[in-house]
Amino acid sequence: MSYQLVCGIETHIELATKTKIFCGCTTQFGGEPNTHCCPVCTGQPGSLPILNRQVIEFAVKAGLAVNCKINNNSHMDRKNYVYPDLPKAYQISQFDEPLCVDGYVELDSGKKIRIERIHIEEDAGKLVHDGGYTYVDYNRGGVPLIEIVSMADISSPEEAREYAEKLQLIMRNVGVSDCKMQEGSMRCDVNISIHQPGEPWGTRTEIKNINSLSNIVRAMELEMERQEDILDAGDKVIQSTMRYDANSDTVYVLRSKENADDYRYFPEPDILRFYVSPEKVEEIRATLPELPDAKLKRYVDDMGLPENNARLIYKYRNVTRFFDDAVNEGAGAGNVLNMIISTVYAVLQTEEDKENFDIKITSHQLAELVKLIDSKKIRANKAKEVLAQMLESGKDVTEYIKAEDLAGLSDEDLKALCQGAIDANPKAVEDIKNGKDKAINVMFGYVMKNSRGKADVKKAEEIIRELIK
Amino acid sequence: MKEIIAPLSKMLSSGEISSVELTEKYISAIEQDNKIYNAYVSTTFDKAIENAKAADKMIAEGKASLLTGIPMTLKDNICSDGDFTTCCSKILEGFRPYYDSTVWTKLKAQGAVMLGKTNMDEFAMGSTSETSCYGAPLNPRNTNHVTGGSSGGVASAVCANIAAYGLGSDTGGSVRQPASFCGIVGLKPTYGAVSRYGLIAYGSSLDQIGVLSNSVKDAAIVFDTISGVDSNDQTSVDFDFGNIAESLDEADIKGMKIGIAQEYFEGINGEIKDAIFEAVKFFEDNGAEIVDIKLPVLKQALPVYYIIACAEASSNLGRYDGIRYGYRPESFNDVEEMILKTRTEGFGDEVKRRIMLGTYVLSSGYYDAYYKKACLLRENIIADFEDIFNQCDIIIAPTAPNTAFPLNFKGASPVDMYLSDIATVPINITGVPAISVPVKNDSNGLPIGMQIIGKKFSEKTIMNAAYFYEKNADVQVKDFEGGVAL
Repeated sequence: MSYQLVCGIETHIELATKTKIFCGCTTQFGGEPNTHCCPVCTGQPGSLPILNRQVIEFAVKAGLAVNCKINNNSHMDRKNYVYPDLPKAYQISQFDEPLCVDGYVELDSGKKIRIERIHIEEDAGKLVHDGGYTYVDYNRGGVPLIEIVSMADISSPEEAREYAEKLQLIMRNVGVSDCKMQEGSMRCDVNISIHQPGEPWGTRTEIKNINSLSNIVRAMELEMERQEDILDAGDKVIQSTMRYDANSDTVYVLRSKENADDYRYFPEPDILRFYVSPEKVEEIRATLPELPDAKLKRYVDDMGLPENNARLIYKYRNVTRFFDDAVNEGAGAGNVLNMIISTVYAVLQTEEDKENFDIKITSHQLAELVKLIDSKKIRANKAKEVLAQMLESGKDVTEYIKAEDLAGLSDEDLKALCQGAIDANPKAVEDIKNGKDKAINVMFGYVMKNSRGKADVKKAEEIIRELIK
Repeated sequence: MKEIIAPLSKMLSSGEISSVELTEKYISAIEQDNKIYNAYVSTTFDKAIENAKAADKMIAEGKASLLTGIPMTLKDNICSDGDFTTCCSKILEGFRPYYDSTVWTKLKAQGAVMLGKTNMDEFAMGSTSETSCYGAPLNPRNTNHVTGGSSGGVASAVCANIAAYGLGSDTGGSVRQPASFCGIVGLKPTYGAVSRYGLIAYGSSLDQIGVLSNSVKDAAIVFDTISGVDSNDQTSVDFDFGNIAESLDEADIKGMKIGIAQEYFEGINGEIKDAIFEAVKFFEDNGAEIVDIKLPVLKQALPVYYIIACAEASSNLGRYDGIRYGYRPESFNDVEEMILKTRTEGFGDEVKRRIMLGTYVLSSGYYDAYYKKACLLRENIIADFEDIFNQCDIIIAPTAPNTAFPLNFKGASPVDMYLSDIATVPINITGVPAISVPVKNDSNGLPIGMQIIGKKFSEKTIMNAAYFYEKNADVQVKDFEGGVAL
């Protein structure tokens, strides 16, 4: 029986503001438990939330980056439920007037995964289970989140992964979050159901606790299999919340959702309605950087760079900025790219290294080096050696390549060298005259060696052939 | 009605008495009289002496203001760092906030002296202060009668002269009605005029911190200090009231248009009606113009109030679960049981009643019929009041449909009690300011209060009218004899 998949994803992303959404506590990850707290984010009696304006700006920016329409008028709502990690017994979120609506993420295939809404809300604290007890750490409580809800447009685990990866790329590049799934700054809850072609959609389940992009695929495959088994046996799928466990590579039922939770949403009385003017939206839109997919297109289509090489840098905001800056100074794009992926990447090996981009030289220094390759003053291999040294010391190219190294070969010197090559290789000369043209390579070798790579091979060939005649 | 703050301030700055000496007087009075009135539920005498010493220093350095060195009280739902603040509820037993409310921060900066926290209905839910877990405070005018609520303890202490003034909270009348029952002055400011940061929340869109005092001038002096926009409260408003206390000396009501709505007098007992109309006549005789106004929405104000207040309260009180602060039961098997037991054992009946009511009106299937409808009606009531204030400058009405009930009055069901809020709740729904001043006693010797209501941010206007009345009318509520004498 071949089933069709219907899938939608809810993504929670922690915004990279310095302070929390409703108070001035730091959002910094880690720290001793309950040290990044205050009366507001621990829900002390008498405390009041103060909405952080930068959260709204970041959320608008995120919405614009995925083509959303921004609601100029908006407000916060209380979502009431009881759980130890929720100090006020309600989460301040948005219910019926989300800040952003109707966006989309375009996959490589051209298919658009529509985004129904993006809203802002506060994160809850963290529960830590240890020795039979449960501890609550409120450091994370109040960290600003955006919740991005996609429509059920996703039809395969691979599409799901691609959607999540593109969201991650976009949000990182736009600078609103570092989107690290393993640290929890990006969390994906995947909703899936299966049905026979032509039949109505099946009952859906929600899978939580997926901590990496590849586990999205794995968790979906497992759950699809589970649902297929149930339906094949003639049973019904029960609406439930599932949990994916990476250690055991299993998906299991956490709780069944036969009755929907009643959160008794009502407008938050402590925070007044807010208004983001159309002018402000445009101001924010103007700060949007070129997004990764657009960059890739530009590198491949406009600059003619090889796609597989361009893909090695396009994701990383700092790397592409470094690349573009060097190219804008006049350094050849192909050579800059090659230098980055061969030598700079030797120093920035992990994803994290590439994101942080902690190197000792500037794009200007790289440009200066590459220009020498472009004008054939030095060869690529030599350049790589020099670059490696520059990366270690932070010094300019002039430290390593002196003036005389760069001095070009004069025509007389070249002619002399060519003559020298001919004199030193009489047998080769014979061979050439007898039609074994490949013998000329020996001459080239001589000339290159003795010119320390500076000779122009084409010119040398002309001269040698002329001299041999 | 006697002014207390300015005369005391003069005595302090002239060196006639030090703040420490004055504070010690209040402390003795409390030690003696609180046994009778049960006004204070916790005292902060050591802190008070410290405050007093700091005040004396300020006075010596010439940095004193009117409130410097004067002993006062906070209702038990207003936070101060390190002091028990329990909302007179078992569920907050032992709770000491680790931060100061904005109002206390402001008063402390002026050198105010805090004597302790005063009694109230549990979580400010009630009109008699009898739901307090510490037992009811008693009305100094007649200790067989209630003080009113929910700021009953504050009213009792201020009336009995065991606090020079006090801060209470008013969500549906909780400052004005006890002021009326005890024969003192009670001011509820415009919503947003005074920061709510540090006020333990009951109904967030209705709560305001108010002043209870023995005279209008005292209320004005305190209001001038505690009002002002606060970055810790996004619902607070930046409005320049000017110095209202100073403006009072020029108080005049000539030409003032006073609105009287028949709807406010329906179902009010005869003696109260007569007393208010007498006061209105006084205004008329002194040059005010009486305008007949219509407020047909008034009777809808009560259900609107109870739906909104209970809804907000059901959410605001969700945090009391025994995890971070307050009461926690002795034994339980898991978190869920702990939370259930905490709330079952920690909350009183009236609080539980309102939480259930609030949860119900917000629940799926009922939200539209109750909460949403109440919010829409609220908009209508606000619009009607705005309209009224185009026709008149102030509205005069009774503060309560009755005078102080006897203690343990069994004649009323919870809903009957709610109905007694009819005169005060419209003010909280619309967010406008109102002040209650004593007029005369009823035939049982219990005070009757008159409410002077203005449009938003018209504190100066209503206090001017109240001051004029207090100074020039024949107010037949006597100054209380007892406590600290000036």
